[in-house]
Amino acid sequence: MAVDVAIAAAKALIVILLAVHVVGLGVFFERKVSAVVQDRIGANRASIFGFAGLGLINTLVADPIKFLLKEDVRPTGADRFLHTLAPILGLVPVIVAFAVVPFGDVIEIGGRVIELQASQLNVGVLFILAMASLGVYGVVLGGWASNSRWSLLGGIRGSAQMISYEIAMSLALIGVVLTYGTLDLQVMVRAQGEVLWGWLPSWGVLHQPIGFVIFLIAGVAESKRIPFDLPESESELVSGYFTEYSGAKHLLFMMTDFVEVVLVAALVTTVFFGGWQIPGLARDGLHIFGHLWVPPAAWLVIPLAQVGAFTAKVIFFTWFQIMIRWTLPRFRYDQLMRLGWQGLLPLGLFNLFVTAAAILLWGATA
Amino acid sequence: MSPVVFALLAALTVAFALVVVVHRSPIYSALGLVCMMGLLSLFFVGLDAHVLAALQLIVYAGAIIVLVLFVIMLLNLEADRRATAGARAVAVGSLGGGLLAAVLVAAASRFAGGPMTALDPAFVDPTTLAARLFTTHLLPFELTSVLLLVAIVGAVVLGKRGQ
Repeated sequence: MAVDVAIAAAKALIVILLAVHVVGLGVFFERKVSAVVQDRIGANRASIFGFAGLGLINTLVADPIKFLLKEDVRPTGADRFLHTLAPILGLVPVIVAFAVVPFGDVIEIGGRVIELQASQLNVGVLFILAMASLGVYGVVLGGWASNSRWSLLGGIRGSAQMISYEIAMSLALIGVVLTYGTLDLQVMVRAQGEVLWGWLPSWGVLHQPIGFVIFLIAGVAESKRIPFDLPESESELVSGYFTEYSGAKHLLFMMTDFVEVVLVAALVTTVFFGGWQIPGLARDGLHIFGHLWVPPAAWLVIPLAQVGAFTAKVIFFTWFQIMIRWTLPRFRYDQLMRLGWQGLLPLGLFNLFVTAAAILLWGATA
Repeated sequence: MSPVVFALLAALTVAFALVVVVHRSPIYSALGLVCMMGLLSLFFVGLDAHVLAALQLIVYAGAIIVLVLFVIMLLNLEADRRATAGARAVAVGSLGGGLLAAVLVAAASRFAGGPMTALDPAFVDPTTLAARLFTTHLLPFELTSVLLLVAIVGAVVLGKRGQ
């Protein structure tokens, strides 16, 4: 009993630490990638005894200290309680959503089989959607509680945008749910370990290519980054819903953005790119062309390799989203709404119809 | 779910429901409703009905009340400009609410008391739930969507009339 509680607590701690630490790496990535994209040297102003660590000192040490030591400014007439609550309400749901994302298969320690997933929920997909829909409160309340026109406009834009793209996101996920016949993310990832025609890994992106594109676009829109950063839109709204935030609260909003980016990357990996699966690697060892190779200390090496594969895929899609952010210009608001309601929504419904028809005619594809 | 936890959650739910009704600021009323919906979904978790808990959050907290907040912010309702209810409205409202509560309590007291236990997993499993929704209860389910469509059309017509 006590051991079970300890294991559950350890898994929750690992997931929370992972989510929060990836934020630091995300900021580092963001500043370095932007520097490379814009052909300049970036994030090299801070160093400890001359050691700048490629900008790591700047982003992981100097930036947080700067944010935490800044004065906490609250505008006159702002709602004191909600102004403080909003950044927390934004961050908590996106971190909690990681609870159902599997980061590995199972690890066996002392005859005890431990699932590498913080919480095994049979409705994982619905849980993610619920948490994603709660994230909007941070934006709405931050915009309203600041008592500022910029913030209010940003908050209204943010809520309209997030609600619109949640629909497309859900439709893309329903297609995958139909394909694998489960709402459980761990079961979904295990199903992606199958092979098609003896060589092709049965990843979600092969069954649902349209769903993948819709999900990625809607995911970027949910995290409110360029090209969908209308709620912040510094040329029109200063900083949108977090214009009136400074110091640690501003840091919380920034963290929310980055955790969302990582969450989208983790979901794309889990649902469309095989999660922790490495093609050919199963619980009993590596299958290559009909041969089985069992690595030394397999009980530890195989789970570690899978967690490593999951992390590598997540880092790739985080990088990919950052590249999008530094490559594309911002949409206009009517273009954004048109893309969501007249582009992605009908496309998602079409994809759903085709998926359902295919399953009805030829049986489940996966 | 142990009776102590149940009582605690029930008291909190009622407290937040009161916030919805009595708070002066419309934003806080809406937030009270969000908290109440969240607590209701915890009751579903206590019944092991995870699908219902997630749907409760997605539909009410995630969509409907966000839209309510959106409208409040768009109209920029101030706390002091909120329409206040007269003595008569309060009296009629209390009477109606009281009668509804009496009926509900009478209906609930017909069931045997006892601690809240988890539902049969086969009853709340997503697959069986969906299967029942699309076979046994298909007609009411589809009629509900027609009802919603009528409501949307009605809202558009009413909205256009003012212009």
